[in-house]
Amino acid sequence: MFEIDASGLYYRDLNRLIREAVAKGEKEIRVMGVNGQYYIGDGLKGNSRIVIEGIPGNDMAAFMDGPTLLIKDNAQDNIANTMNSGKIIIEGNAGDVLGYGMRGGKLHVRGNVGYRVGIHMKGNKKQTPVIIVGGTAGDFFGEYMAGGILMLLGLNRKDGEPIVGDYLGTGMHGGTIFIRGDVEKKYCGAEVGILDPDDEDMAVINEYLGDFCRDLKLDLGEVMKKRFKKLLPVSLRPYGNLYAY
Amino acid sequence: MFKSLAPPEYLATIDHEKCIRCKRCIHNCGWGVYSWGGERVLIDTSKCVKCLRCYHYCPVEAIQIFDNPVKFKQNAYWGFNNIRNIKRQAESGGIPLTGMGSDLPYTILFDNLLIDACQVTNPSIDPLREPMELRTYLGKKPSNLEFEKDAGGKLRLKTKMPPQIKLELPIIFAPMSYGSISLNAQKVLAIAAKECGIVMNTGEGGLHEDLLPYRSNIIVQVASGRFGVNPDYLNAGVAVEIKIGQGAKPGIGGHLPGEKIPLEVARTRMIPVGTDALSPAPQHDIYSIEDLRQLIYAIKEATGYKPVSVKIAAVHNVAAIASGIVRAGADIVYIDGFRGGTGAAPSIIRDHLGIPIEHAIAAVDDRLRQEGIRNEASIIAAGGIRSSADAAKAIALGADAVAIATAALITMGCTVCGKCYTGNCSWGITTQRPELTARLDPEIYAERLINMVHAWEHELKEILGALGINAVESLRGNRERLRGVGLDSHTLDMLGVKPAGR
Repeated sequence: MFEIDASGLYYRDLNRLIREAVAKGEKEIRVMGVNGQYYIGDGLKGNSRIVIEGIPGNDMAAFMDGPTLLIKDNAQDNIANTMNSGKIIIEGNAGDVLGYGMRGGKLHVRGNVGYRVGIHMKGNKKQTPVIIVGGTAGDFFGEYMAGGILMLLGLNRKDGEPIVGDYLGTGMHGGTIFIRGDVEKKYCGAEVGILDPDDEDMAVINEYLGDFCRDLKLDLGEVMKKRFKKLLPVSLRPYGNLYAY
Repeated sequence: MFKSLAPPEYLATIDHEKCIRCKRCIHNCGWGVYSWGGERVLIDTSKCVKCLRCYHYCPVEAIQIFDNPVKFKQNAYWGFNNIRNIKRQAESGGIPLTGMGSDLPYTILFDNLLIDACQVTNPSIDPLREPMELRTYLGKKPSNLEFEKDAGGKLRLKTKMPPQIKLELPIIFAPMSYGSISLNAQKVLAIAAKECGIVMNTGEGGLHEDLLPYRSNIIVQVASGRFGVNPDYLNAGVAVEIKIGQGAKPGIGGHLPGEKIPLEVARTRMIPVGTDALSPAPQHDIYSIEDLRQLIYAIKEATGYKPVSVKIAAVHNVAAIASGIVRAGADIVYIDGFRGGTGAAPSIIRDHLGIPIEHAIAAVDDRLRQEGIRNEASIIAAGGIRSSADAAKAIALGADAVAIATAALITMGCTVCGKCYTGNCSWGITTQRPELTARLDPEIYAERLINMVHAWEHELKEILGALGINAVESLRGNRERLRGVGLDSHTLDMLGVKPAGR
């Protein structure tokens, strides 16, 4: 395993070291002493696995295209901005605006996340971005969602603690949101319909959660004990009748 | 069927005496105005937009298009469009859309500014016989230069120059996405940009692989929808532009309707076929200058520090915003005035929001100079540049370069009919219908665009020569060489321009 000591390093120097290691073909990289450095894995390609020890700063994995990042601690805002492929596993909590415009790859967060997570996520034929949040999420979860899969599990909640904030899926016009447990219509945007998942959906949930539980050493059977709700956009063209031609 | 109470804007007419029944008009009209009635061509004039495609392709000049003489009663307050839009809204409940820049008769400041010239005491220069420098570099310029002596004792530049975009003249093509315009129209821009030594801009629609041969003349754009953005895209061009706003629709987002997203557009934008392509109004990861800085540097980190441009609409507080953008690390500030064009915008937004580009240039240039950071970024001015004179005036007010879009489309056949949002452009520009886009041969129309750019280039050199200046550098921000006519003292003060005669 190739090791990089990040303590005291400026983000540009740290990211240069990581990029150089990936370019050299290092497949296992351990970065120690990370303390808020921005842009780790930004625009990074390849298939290296990078273990981050400490708390990485904002915009981690922006535009990332391939690598796997394992964060042993909490992480901050703007993770996986416009990410194209690869995987991010966060063992703690994460902040706001995760997966903005994310087109592919996976983001697994063990704990809670902040506001505006999964905004404008989009997929296409070949790519399905997936964000799975083990804990709770703030307002605007899945806003403008255009594709991909968002899952919110609400594990380890305190009594009465809501699983999600307001404006869930506002402006949603594609993709699917799965919520473990019930979700009230009053938390959802006008563009969202709440359904019970069918067998095909449960197979999808099983598959993606299996991967999530393996990454974060959780018991899949335990997680699956609770029922899920499926949220879909009521229209692929929410603003189709807005204009006079 | 209930007939619309919004009367047709135009009357398409055919002189059936002259008509030879060749049906070219039926074939050429993208709007379906004409059809074959068995003996003669039938006309549905309510569909006519006066784009003049039929007129140009009628071999016997049998077609005439008139502004509809049947108008509502003349009224200096309630104009034809006021009444017509209300009737359309009453029928549909929708927001009337429009294309191109605002056509309302607001004061055109460019037309109230005149350029100086040399007479007797200061010689003018003949650009036909003497070198005239139009080359422009966009990007940060260092505040000071340091030199060092090499081993042989020769002086060398020690300061590391920030990355620059080299332009052979201070004109670039403004962003227009694949989706809003056809791929052939983008190819025209790319071929012309390469030939003229300038750049085009992808807009927020991804980069089609057919444009890759022109990558050294392309700026790629990142906006709130993130269409087609991945690391390869970011690195494909000479710079990356973050689009915050557009002059024609400041503060509102983009919306390419699903029916205008065929396979190729979807593939280039990396989205499924047939869903709406929504660019939300704000970028929800940018709520402050600090957030903007974060995205600028995320892009720089992903591109090995290519120049980053930030495009904003000219709004009331543009000077302070531009200052923030420069401090956030942008290499270029692109300002789009309220006259700027659009493929589709609600007319109420286009016609009533924003400020003129002339005011914005002057305000931004002033502010950046006052703060001592004018060298930290180049200014691109856009939004209604109609001629080389507008370009020269924009540069004299303080811009480094201007961006043109409508002017470029006019060379491709556009008649500024303003119906880009319908997707029926008979000239093959703002449409994805294959039978229409096939009309726009990129090679042939690139030649016309190149001709126009070269003509503007000559005109700019003549203007500089008349000013007795031999480099566009000396015109930049040189407001002493402008005079205002018919402008009040407040306006002159804000533009930093003296009245004619003083």
